[in-house]
Amino acid sequence: MGEALALAISLVASGDADLAEIVALSLRVSLSATLLAAAIGLPLGALVAVGRFPGRGAVLVAMNALMGLPPVVVGLVVYLHLSRAGPLGFLGLLYTPWAMILAQTILIAPIVAALARQVIEDLHAEYRDQFRSLCLSRGQVIGALLWDARLSLMTVGLAGFGRAVAEVGAVMIVGGNIDHLTRVMTTAIALETSRGDLPLALALGIVLLVIALGVNAAVQTLHTRAARSGAHV
Amino acid sequence: MSDVATSAFTRRPRAEAQEAPATLLPFRAEGVALTLGGARVLDGVDLTLAPGGCTVLMGPNGAGKSLLLKLMHGLTAPDAGTLSWNGLGAQAATARQALVFQRPVLLRRSVKANLDFVLKARGGDRGRVAELLEHVGLADRARTPARRLSGGEQQRLALARALATDPEVLLLDEPTASLDPGATQAIERIVARAAAAGTRVIFVTHDVGQARRLAEDVVFLHRGRVVDHAPAARFFDAPGDPAARAYLDGRLVV
Repeated sequence: MGEALALAISLVASGDADLAEIVALSLRVSLSATLLAAAIGLPLGALVAVGRFPGRGAVLVAMNALMGLPPVVVGLVVYLHLSRAGPLGFLGLLYTPWAMILAQTILIAPIVAALARQVIEDLHAEYRDQFRSLCLSRGQVIGALLWDARLSLMTVGLAGFGRAVAEVGAVMIVGGNIDHLTRVMTTAIALETSRGDLPLALALGIVLLVIALGVNAAVQTLHTRAARSGAHV
Repeated sequence: MSDVATSAFTRRPRAEAQEAPATLLPFRAEGVALTLGGARVLDGVDLTLAPGGCTVLMGPNGAGKSLLLKLMHGLTAPDAGTLSWNGLGAQAATARQALVFQRPVLLRRSVKANLDFVLKARGGDRGRVAELLEHVGLADRARTPARRLSGGEQQRLALARALATDPEVLLLDEPTASLDPGATQAIERIVARAAAAGTRVIFVTHDVGQARRLAEDVVFLHRGRVVDHAPAARFFDAPGDPAARAYLDGRLVV
């Protein structure tokens, strides 16, 4: 164990090429998924926060329930759609980074939407009368709320990214953990552990931990900054 | 009139029923009542406001001043009675008025961006930002985050934002309630200038001194009703209602 740890640290310190490739792909996939999930989830969350429409309650329940989607189930569903016999099989995306981005987007878009809905609804309660006095359109209201809640919404995005980069089930199923192609940190850790290559697994574990801690530190910093500037947390 | 022929084709029936009047005044409220949480907060308000000048709405806490202002602005609908701005319903008149709240709700962006947002949203001339900031004495704070301004500066920015929409009627809900005398004076000057420039001002306050400085006529509300409405000189010399007299004497009125 101690020996493996020492090897792991030297792998990280020396900037091992395999290790760097895996980390880079992980970040690329999860950051892309976070951006896509934000593009879908933020407007959706804002719309539900501001709008009063029939079925809003059902949408709220669905959004909150989908926050807890099990990654392997998302992986399975995406797999069924992307596999050769599936409806999107012609795209040839299975076992590519795109399939992994798609799966992670589906996994975290509900998280982003549900958290954003809460943030924006709170802010809207404060702004509502002023906005009605100014006779703003629905689109102008949503735009202003999204911008004014930007610091809080960045923490929402980071929460989504944290979930995406740490999950293993979905990317394993739709990516296939193919070396140099779809191998990311979590799938590599699972594989190397079962193969007994503990130094590489541990090295990846260290990087993943550092990223997770970094994300949390960033969230904390944003919260503090938001509180200090009187912005919404 | 010739537009009888075109109106059937170009106007929706509702627009016809509420043809936009050239001016919002006179304002008329008849039998306006509102119940909130089981309490009768407005209990048959009758009020007529003539064009021009500055009207001050006064009364003890809970008299219904702020709620009446919200109803006049069209933010809340009454349970009974009608509010009419020269024939236009209150909710149709919102865009031609501006309301300055007791506690300004400023956007979380710079002073300049707060004004730019409103000018852009309402199709105003975005080149007016500097002029508006100058007008309220905030030219040197243009880049400051609005939420970092002092209370008085925030309220001045809220006033600049209200004026940016070129309102025909400017409604103010105790805008100086938590400000020091210097900041209060700055606000009063801006409001007086707006009134002098032809904007109809309706000002809620419970500060008797402020009412004396600003009012051309005073509306005194007590327990959800208008109990006195008179020119300022007459109101302060000889208030027509015992509650108003007690209030001016500085006695507690509940």
